Amino acid sequence: MPESVLFYLLSGLAVAASALVIGQRNPMYSVLLLIVSFAALAGLYIVLDAPFVAMAQMIIYAGAIMVLFLFVVMLLNAPQEDGAEWDRTHPLRRPGFARIGVVLAVLLVAELGWALAKVVSLGSPVGGRADGAVIGSVREMGRVLFTQYSFAFEATSVLILVAMVGAVVLARREGDA
Amino acid sequence: MDQALLRPAVIGLMIFIVFNALIIASAILVYAERKIMGFMQQRYGPYLVGPHGMMQPFADILKLLFKEELRPKGADKWLFTLAPVLAVVAAFAAFATVPFGAETTLFGLLDEPIKLGVADVNVGVLVVFAVTSMGVYGIVLAGWSSNSKYALFGGLRASAQMISYELSYATAIAAVILLAGSMSVREVVDSQTGFWLGFIPKWYIFLQPLGFIIYAIAGVAETNRAPFDFPEAEQELVAGFNTEYSSVRFALFPQAEYINMVTMSAVATDLYLGGWHFPFVPEYLGWLAFLAKVGFILFVYIWMRWTVPRYRYDQLMKFGWKYLFPASVINLLVTAAMVLYFNA
Repeated sequence: MPESVLFYLLSGLAVAASALVIGQRNPMYSVLLLIVSFAALAGLYIVLDAPFVAMAQMIIYAGAIMVLFLFVVMLLNAPQEDGAEWDRTHPLRRPGFARIGVVLAVLLVAELGWALAKVVSLGSPVGGRADGAVIGSVREMGRVLFTQYSFAFEATSVLILVAMVGAVVLARREGDA
Repeated sequence: MDQALLRPAVIGLMIFIVFNALIIASAILVYAERKIMGFMQQRYGPYLVGPHGMMQPFADILKLLFKEELRPKGADKWLFTLAPVLAVVAAFAAFATVPFGAETTLFGLLDEPIKLGVADVNVGVLVVFAVTSMGVYGIVLAGWSSNSKYALFGGLRASAQMISYELSYATAIAAVILLAGSMSVREVVDSQTGFWLGFIPKWYIFLQPLGFIIYAIAGVAETNRAPFDFPEAEQELVAGFNTEYSSVRFALFPQAEYINMVTMSAVATDLYLGGWHFPFVPEYLGWLAFLAKVGFILFVYIWMRWTVPRYRYDQLMKFGWKYLFPASVINLLVTAAMVLYFNA
């Protein structure tokens, strides 16, 4: 019973904070609300008996990545977004792009619905596997990550490397050494 | 007496003691810092309030309590108030999973022995790390919400410094976790009992000398202390992130900084210096050994502040990314190989 209370409390907080992230005019508040959302997610992981994932979430997302976000927001000193001053000539505001956006949004909702339906029909206990091993433990997670899911793991790291190289290439000005 | 009632009472008492000990510790550190600085500069330091000026920190805090709270006109009302609270809450909360003594029954008062420490969780090392990394938001937000260029630069520096040194810090800790085979701080401490060759205590500082140095340097940078006190850097930024703060809101920042120093030293003691284990000290006095070790590290902290000049900002970044981080990665790889070789 306390677990389900915590679940609704934390997931409500996560959803509310995420919704407010989009609603804010001030990017600084958006970043802070995103941190609240991440913290609520970490709380959900703890409820699901995965303290390691929860702490990784706090350290990597809420701790490191969001500090970087804050850094960038502060460095650019982004002004408050004003609806009236919004650039209507921006390429993303063209009707063609809006239509693509609508299609993508519908696709996303359909996909989410499909995934949710599948999870509900499975009805499996969360946090445990069929053989009774607890996924939340660091030992078990490391083992699974480097055996069963080693391809996905390596592919993800290559993907991140590609993104990093891409960022360096894009940020490098012509003529720099 | 009823054990079912006594146990929560003892745990509640422990929370109360730890909370107040941290407050007192920051008062002692204020005094110690000024006194040690005085001796290093051939002066007496605070001398007038109380015997040998011992009441000076309390006089300081009283003075700050009665000062007017100012807020710059263009400051963000909410974040300006939230920032110092955030900093100090994170500082207090981080100590929750730091154990400071062996199991005890409090001289037979309890049937089941109780662990000295507020909470013992199986990912305790990560909890300390996660909560301390929340503390930087207090500094960054203080810098941003003040609507002042000096404060903004202080906040910017704090965030960049945090990102740069957190990596080395975590990688150094990971090597200790590998050796101990556990993420619980208590289990890491307990794996350091016993002796090599009968007289060298089995502390991880002897297995991880490089790791300890990396931890210490990154720890000083994480707590924004000299020679890495860039967010404040009074010669360049007036007072950095807390330029616009006054009264109690201002007092919370040094408070958070001193508590963070205590946490950093306590974690160093637990991970590298054998925690409450010390040769020839019986286990029930272990917490005294723990306090002595923490006190020594804190003394070195202050000693360093008044001896080593501040780095330049580009030197800080260069040192962090080009030397400290590669060294910590090599340290982790060698440790992992050694653990694999000797345990296989």
